Amino acid sequence: MTALLDVRDLKTHFFTRDGIAKAVDGVTFSVERGEILGLVGESGSGKSVTGFSLLGLVDPPGKVVSGEIVFDGADLVAGGEEAIRGLRGKRIAMIFQDPMMTLNPVLKIETQMVETVLAHADVSRTEALTRCREALLRVGISAPDERLASYPHQFSGGMRQRVAIAIALLHEPDLIIADEPTTALDVTIQAQILAEVQKLCAETGTALIWITHDLAVVSGLADRLAVMYAGRIVEEGPTSEIIANPLHPYTRGLIESVPHGKPHRSLLQQIKGMAPSLLNLPEGCSFRPRCPRADDACRRAQTLGTPLPGRHVRCVHPYIEG
Amino acid sequence: MAENNAPILQMKGVSKRFVKELDTAEKAARFFGSSIEEQIVHAVDGVDLAVQKGEVLGLVGESGCGKSTLGRMVAGLTTPSEGSIRFYGEDIASLKGDAARRAALQIQLVFQDPMSSLNPRLRVGEIVGEAPRVHKVVPRKDVDSYVDETLERVGLDPAMRKRYPHQFSGGQRARIGIARALAVNPSFIVCDESVAALDVSIQAQILNLFMRLREELDLTYLFISHDLGVVEHISDRIAVMYLGRVVEMGDAQALFAEPNHPYTQALLAELPTFEVKRRTYSTIKGEIPSPLNPPAGCHFHPRCPHAFARCSTERPRLTEIAPGRFSACHLNEQA
Ligand SMILES: Nc1ncnc2c1ncn2[C@@H]1O[C@H](COP(=O)(O)OP(=O)(O)OP(=O)(O)O)[C@@H](O)[C@H]1O
Ligand SMILES: Nc1ncnc2c1ncn2[C@@H]1O[C@H](COP(=O)(O)OP(=O)(O)OP(=O)(O)O)[C@@H](O)[C@H]1O
Ligand code: SF4
Ligand SMILES: [Mg+2]
Ligand SMILES: [Mg+2]
Repeated sequence: MTALLDVRDLKTHFFTRDGIAKAVDGVTFSVERGEILGLVGESGSGKSVTGFSLLGLVDPPGKVVSGEIVFDGADLVAGGEEAIRGLRGKRIAMIFQDPMMTLNPVLKIETQMVETVLAHADVSRTEALTRCREALLRVGISAPDERLASYPHQFSGGMRQRVAIAIALLHEPDLIIADEPTTALDVTIQAQILAEVQKLCAETGTALIWITHDLAVVSGLADRLAVMYAGRIVEEGPTSEIIANPLHPYTRGLIESVPHGKPHRSLLQQIKGMAPSLLNLPEGCSFRPRCPRADDACRRAQTLGTPLPGRHVRCVHPYIEG
Repeated sequence: MAENNAPILQMKGVSKRFVKELDTAEKAARFFGSSIEEQIVHAVDGVDLAVQKGEVLGLVGESGCGKSTLGRMVAGLTTPSEGSIRFYGEDIASLKGDAARRAALQIQLVFQDPMSSLNPRLRVGEIVGEAPRVHKVVPRKDVDSYVDETLERVGLDPAMRKRYPHQFSGGQRARIGIARALAVNPSFIVCDESVAALDVSIQAQILNLFMRLREELDLTYLFISHDLGVVEHISDRIAVMYLGRVVEMGDAQALFAEPNHPYTQALLAELPTFEVKRRTYSTIKGEIPSPLNPPAGCHFHPRCPHAFARCSTERPRLTEIAPGRFSACHLNEQA
């Protein structure tokens, strides 16, 4: 079976006055129908820009400079804006990190949601409204009639996020790119939304790229994980195996900094140092200056290797026991 | 925590209602006899809270329960419909002129939504440096290096100071918001989901920074978050909100060890753990309540496994059930 989405060696760079910021620098991954891929990584590692690139939403001075994005057999990079326009919001939907990128501040929620339904389903306005109401209830927003008649600023932060999710669900797309969609949501509502998402993927075969920094959530949701660092994927494999046995020192650092279950008010483990400036990446492995295992061998450019079956890692000293 | 017992911040009977005005069509409909009414959202409903100097008070609760609204009132960005909020004994809403400006600097809010709170036309250096310059926090000639220092504190490369907010990632923007708040040397910080957009390693860095500043500068925090793990980690005391009301409050560790209110118990039962297996999530049981039309009596009763007759008619008071521990549940009077 060919994958629904096949991304190969994608490079998206920002040509800024101070230099070229290589926000995405050779990213390769694929997603099958019905599959959930968790894309995790530090703030600024290029997760959102990867998502924007897939939808052709990178604005100047940014540009997809090379690579392939093959969606259902067609290369979107080669096809350009025309190829993507027909898919965006229809077969590929994105839930943005900032819900106000989806929501128009001057329109009532009702107007925005009903338009979404009518854009791709041949139904009456009444039927469209019913679907909108249902979609709001599905993301845990009660009193949908009153809420439909409200403007975005009359919602709480988490409610805006949920409306944006509801709109993406209304599209019934083949692929959803969800960028940090539940960061501001409490656990009960998060579970509710994850349940809806799981149901959608299982029932309709919708594929999902779940972009997040929250390993606790994604570890219970995703089939596979791809871990990004400074514009590159440094580790990729089945979720359970990565969580149980992270191979890349960066992945291990990420897992160790999760506060759950650490002694009260103790200092949290943190990966030493700062995320590198994209304008000035260290030679060789970009994680080298912060890595506890680094030595001279890390100064060479790192390629993605497969030290264990199904486990891909970009590191010369992966944590392999024995 | 603090030696002197007068709280730095004291809220008494604080409520905030939003009235959704009718639009023209609805007004016309009502004129012609329709029963359409204005919608009232009871965002915050009779909250009493005190925060001691040097303390971290965690505020948790479901999305839409009124946390941000409460935080905005504390920061003086919106006024209560009822009740008073006193900062060092002075009612924030009644302060004027210099006193109001001083309080506004003293209490800083780190917004939940960094994008909509950062001026898109200003460079980051200007966003962070503006208030320190205007309010002479540091001598004018030192503002630039002060901005660099502040950016570095929150883990941002000072070389990025010339960029505009949209040129940053989501988590970087959240840190710009934190840097802007810290830059004016506040004594009280309301953090609204300030670390939600941050990955764990930077989250750890920022939480460690908050804890360090609290020691160094004697800062007091109202720390709003939906993430119980984070809140437990950083807070001395925790207040749990449900549909506009505080339903439980007490020492952080005691509250986590032995939650009293059925809602707190339900919250803690959902605490996410590190899953090695894929898990199946379930939908919310029971009706999701709405602040547009909150249930009578105890707001939680439609979802509460222990609810009995009294719960659906009478509002339970927040009462002290053990020294320093408060809960608003009728079960406590049953024994
Ligand atoms: N318009 C732009 N001009 C210059 N650099 C940019 C621009 N947009 C993004 N970047 C940079 O690209 C890098 C990747 O950004 P991206 O938004 O993809 O990060 P992210 O992984 O989504 O992080 P977060 O978790 O914080 O949202 C960042 O360092 C960011 O500063
Ligand atoms: N300007 C406004 N006009 C009308 N209603 C509002 C306004 N601001 C907030 N509300 C309503 O008040 C209630 C509480 O909102 P608030 O933003 O305080 O919630 P919250 O606890 O911060 O939620 P979240 O965790 O999702 O951010 C919500 O029902 C919201 O719709
Ligand atoms: S007052 Fe009643 S309904 Fe409310 S939490 Fe207690 S037992 Fe449950
Ligand atoms: Mg992002
Ligand atoms: Mg909020």
